[in-house]
Amino acid sequence: MSLSYSPNEMMTVAAARALRNEDVCFVGIGAPSAACNLARMTHAPQITLIYESGTIATKPNVLPLSIGDGELCDTALTTVPVPEMFRYWLQGGRMTVGFLGGAQIDRFANLNTTVVGDYHKPKVRLPGGGGAPEIATNCHEIFIIMAMGKRAFVDKLPFITSMGHGPTGRERRALGVKSKGPTRLITDLCLFEPDPETQEMTVVSIHPGVTREQIIENCGWTPSFAAHVVETRAPDAKELEVLRDIQARTKAAHGG
Amino acid sequence: MAKFLDLATAVAEMVHDGDVLALEGFTHLIPFAAGHEIIRQKRRDLTLVRMTPDLIYDQMIGMGCASKLVFSWGGNPGVGSTHRIRDAVENQWPRPLALEEHSHAAMANAYEAGAANLPFAMLRGYIGVDLPKVNPQIRKITCPYTGEELATVPAIRPDVGVIHALRADREGNVLLEGITGCQKEVVLASKRTIVTVEEIVDDLRAPSPNSVILPSWTIGAVVAVPGGAHPSYAHGYYTRDNSYYIAWDKISRERETFLAWMEENVMNKGPDAFAVHAGRRAAS
Repeated sequence: MSLSYSPNEMMTVAAARALRNEDVCFVGIGAPSAACNLARMTHAPQITLIYESGTIATKPNVLPLSIGDGELCDTALTTVPVPEMFRYWLQGGRMTVGFLGGAQIDRFANLNTTVVGDYHKPKVRLPGGGGAPEIATNCHEIFIIMAMGKRAFVDKLPFITSMGHGPTGRERRALGVKSKGPTRLITDLCLFEPDPETQEMTVVSIHPGVTREQIIENCGWTPSFAAHVVETRAPDAKELEVLRDIQARTKAAHGG
Repeated sequence: MAKFLDLATAVAEMVHDGDVLALEGFTHLIPFAAGHEIIRQKRRDLTLVRMTPDLIYDQMIGMGCASKLVFSWGGNPGVGSTHRIRDAVENQWPRPLALEEHSHAAMANAYEAGAANLPFAMLRGYIGVDLPKVNPQIRKITCPYTGEELATVPAIRPDVGVIHALRADREGNVLLEGITGCQKEVVLASKRTIVTVEEIVDDLRAPSPNSVILPSWTIGAVVAVPGGAHPSYAHGYYTRDNSYYIAWDKISRERETFLAWMEENVMNKGPDAFAVHAGRRAAS
């Protein structure tokens, strides 16, 4: 019997599967946080989750609304000051994965969370970079989770808040950055990975029931497909049960 | 030694028009009561410094206290936009707001440089991004040993640093624990400091010698304001009021509803209004 699930649930489950038990993961708030905790509650119970508020190896029972909810500190192995978090733990090169979301992305997985329109006369002022500019270069690799749509997946970013592979895919290497950068882009329709030659994010797996046309329609550039595209494994009963339980607990805890 | 003052006196003595002000607390221990007192005393032309402006700067900027914001992430955490800050940036309401924008890593380093009495901070950051093109304060330095190019930002040295801590003893020594953010750095970097606390006790009863404790002589004024971090929280006393953060989205979206809310909940109230949010400390 096939299970019914939403595109968003497929995205979160696929993102969780990308994480390994031995990862030390710098967790962004929102969709990355859901995926990281789903991984911890299913196949990766020993994963080390770190939030920029300073909480190390935290095990929240409900998803935090903010990056510094008390739940994160109460369930952490230890909590360090914020300057130490960025200096010793992030810049120190101790994170295997940085898990980010964003408002806009381009084909080389550069991200914009700063502004739409001119910086000094913005059409839309977004929150800004937070930890992302340094997460993007100091973690060993970067996973990105974002739902597709033409306003989010754009041909040219108005502002680069954090670097993926650079505006032409070559700048990251040229600047001497040693970490890998974005190795996976997980969406509600498909999974992208960088082409080994060009670094362009390329579709490698399509979620069940999704067509290539849907992916093309929801992308601001003409997306490339890998030579061998596979079908993403649908969420199983356990993954959906755990995810829905966390989300129900979270909703009850935050009210509003 | 720190003076024990009431909140109105502390703000009147220490916060002046045109000052550079940092009200810190990373999600935890945000000094809301002190921010509200600054709004009530109608301070103007402040430069407000905070990594995450959060709702407290949304309120202060919406009420016209600031002419400049130095920040690194300006949203309502987990909810969406800070609408009053956006209105100031996009429409100059109620007055124009200059922005000096950084990353979290840069600001944390800049506070640390301020505490260490250094002129600037250095980090391996801002690589391949656009922020240095719009913020001329972000510069570069070459390592004299390896030749590596690193980013620099000026140290943050506020005129006034304001934090909320858990408790003070009767000499004015202050303790905080839980998520401690960069509050120690802000206090040590600032020329004048105000620390609001949940309670004043005979004995701090620090959980360990490594607890974050600021000696009385590093602090200007200590003010008891139980509940003074609400809707942020105080570890071991009360939890974050996430429903307030969610409700703020609607309150702050329109100027009229924002002004009416501020009139009722800030202008016509005093620091005592925070007491209803104060929790009793869990027995340790």
